[in-house]
Amino acid sequence: MTAIDVNSAMTNSGTVSGTGLFNKISSWLLTTNYQRIGRLMVSVSVLWTLVVVVVGIVLGVERISSASELIDSTSATQLFSIFRVGLIFGSIAPMTLGIAAAIVPMQIGSQVLAFARAAAFGAYLWFFGMIVVGVSYVGNGGPGGGDPQMVDLFILGLGIVIAGLLLVSASIATTILTSRRAGMTLMDAPIFVWSSLVMTISLILTLPVMAGALIYVAVDHSYERATFGATDGVNAWIGWALTSPQIFLLAISTLGVLAQIVATMNKGKQPLRGGLFIGIGVMSTALIGTVTQSFYSLQLDGELNDVAKSLLPFLMFNALPMLGVLIVLGLCLLAMKNEKAKPSAAFVLAFFGVGMVFTGMLGNALLRITDLKLSNTVFDEAVLVYIGYGVVLGSFGAIAHFCPRIWGRKMPTMPVIGLGLLGVLGVVLAALPYYIAGFTNQPASRMTGDLGDNSQIWNSVAAIGQTIFLIFIFAFVGLVVKSSRSGEIADEEIFETVQANS
Amino acid sequence: MSTSATALNSGPKIVMRRQALVLSGLMSAASAMLMGSMLAIWLQFRANAPLRESSDGSKMLRDWLPEKIKIPEVATNTMMMTIAITCIMVQWAIYSSRRADSKHTTLALGVALLTEIAVINAQIAVYMQMDIGVRDSSYTTMFYAVTATMTVLIVIGLGFTLMTMFRSLASRVSDHDLVIAHGVYWYSLAVIFATMWFVVYVQK
Repeated sequence: MTAIDVNSAMTNSGTVSGTGLFNKISSWLLTTNYQRIGRLMVSVSVLWTLVVVVVGIVLGVERISSASELIDSTSATQLFSIFRVGLIFGSIAPMTLGIAAAIVPMQIGSQVLAFARAAAFGAYLWFFGMIVVGVSYVGNGGPGGGDPQMVDLFILGLGIVIAGLLLVSASIATTILTSRRAGMTLMDAPIFVWSSLVMTISLILTLPVMAGALIYVAVDHSYERATFGATDGVNAWIGWALTSPQIFLLAISTLGVLAQIVATMNKGKQPLRGGLFIGIGVMSTALIGTVTQSFYSLQLDGELNDVAKSLLPFLMFNALPMLGVLIVLGLCLLAMKNEKAKPSAAFVLAFFGVGMVFTGMLGNALLRITDLKLSNTVFDEAVLVYIGYGVVLGSFGAIAHFCPRIWGRKMPTMPVIGLGLLGVLGVVLAALPYYIAGFTNQPASRMTGDLGDNSQIWNSVAAIGQTIFLIFIFAFVGLVVKSSRSGEIADEEIFETVQANS
Repeated sequence: MSTSATALNSGPKIVMRRQALVLSGLMSAASAMLMGSMLAIWLQFRANAPLRESSDGSKMLRDWLPEKIKIPEVATNTMMMTIAITCIMVQWAIYSSRRADSKHTTLALGVALLTEIAVINAQIAVYMQMDIGVRDSSYTTMFYAVTATMTVLIVIGLGFTLMTMFRSLASRVSDHDLVIAHGVYWYSLAVIFATMWFVVYVQK
């Protein structure tokens, strides 16, 4: 039996019976076309990214002065939660999965996404789940919310989001494992396909762990409100899924995007290609730390035995994924030494995207050293911003790179490079001040009281950085829309679906 | 004059595309992680429960399972055995399907469907016999959460059986992969249930 949906071949060609606006809309809403499913997810995730960045600006401005009353201080926990949940489940998870859904079948020579209807259903589950999450926040729900019914709604919404992302992940992973064209082994598959496989399987193994904790919290919150800490328990029991190392897993495909762009620049030649596969695989070791629902800190004070005991898990769960990124970065730079390499504007976005992710991972390693006393400071927020916004940069790099395959037109080189540098500036200004503020003990998730030394400067710079990133997103989306309509016609020769071994 | 003709070369070998099987494997892994995480939290709570004297005062026990709650072991053990029988029926369906025997495939899946309904019936019987409220204590809250999640997974499996059976009824003998995928899901469900049964009903 094969589960390839033969009917979707019709929709893949964009052929729909009838004409008119209704048919056009219904052909999008009921689509089983992998590109449309991917584009729907990416489009909505960009909207969520805008919401998140605006919340980031508000949080930055509010913290410039501890006496500021721009927003109600009782809403602080919820605003910080919107930023975190929105960035992870509204923005980067669907954005990376959407890009994988739109690109992977094309790269492996499959005409359809396996279980395309399930993938479309998953995309809609995610979409409506995030609406439910958003409504619960508006109605004073979410972690730390004052309305218990709205907190219940938040938990329900998050559960729906997890189910949706799981379905999309399963569909992409099944496509890669079963629908490669004849003769194409996994080792022959493009590196982006490999990174998408590693990421989706990592999500399939970790998201249910979060769902398990969420079920307990939901039952407890609906009935007893004691065992799992009622409203405050939401953050306590699912908080691990909203920080590192779980967010490392969402950055895996960003590595694949960079390696894919570099391979294309070298006309498919990549020295030590197997090393790239290993590097991406090594990054997925973060999932072992994730499923234990714990953080692994390094304690430097005490006996040598105690230090050694904490060092091993610390290195395993915090440093090993960094090694994976270093391997991929190193091999990509090695490939760039080829004099015949053809420069690509998308490389700037992807390279700096991975760079931001690595900076975030480095910060996470410092965060877990207990003697530095960085936990419960804004340092943690900076780690999230570096990794989350780094993934957004990398994903935009993927859009710039793959756009000729999607709508047959290129994006202009210089504007993409310029916008990429603007985006990098935004990320650095939004996150770096909080690295510094972490060392001056600016508390996490707090807007009033003592915010530490020079907090006005750091918060002002962070708010400016968030604003620059907002401008970057608007400008990039505008450029994408313009390029898709009137950009230069793409030259197909620069793209390859199968990487040649060097 | 020769009457023989040169045969054309055969076409390229068709790649086996066992999509249902792969998806079933991925979903089984996801189900295992879901229940694994819930059981891990269960074990953590049990390990952290305070100590209390046993009713006869002879030893110290973890104050986890409230004294008044009695687990109906007959019903829970019956559930475990019924799940094992389901697995045998599922294997029978795979065996028949491999031989393109649609009648026996359907019959095996039909019996499997009945045993699956029996498992759900036994779970309801356990709830009724225990007669505890969700909000009575930490134990009861977590008991309902973990057993209800397991029941939902079984209901999903029941739906899968129903779909496979209908396709078999329609004599779709090419659905062998789907029958195997169904088997993979039920085998994994049996392992997951056995783990839950041991932790929640045997170890308590």
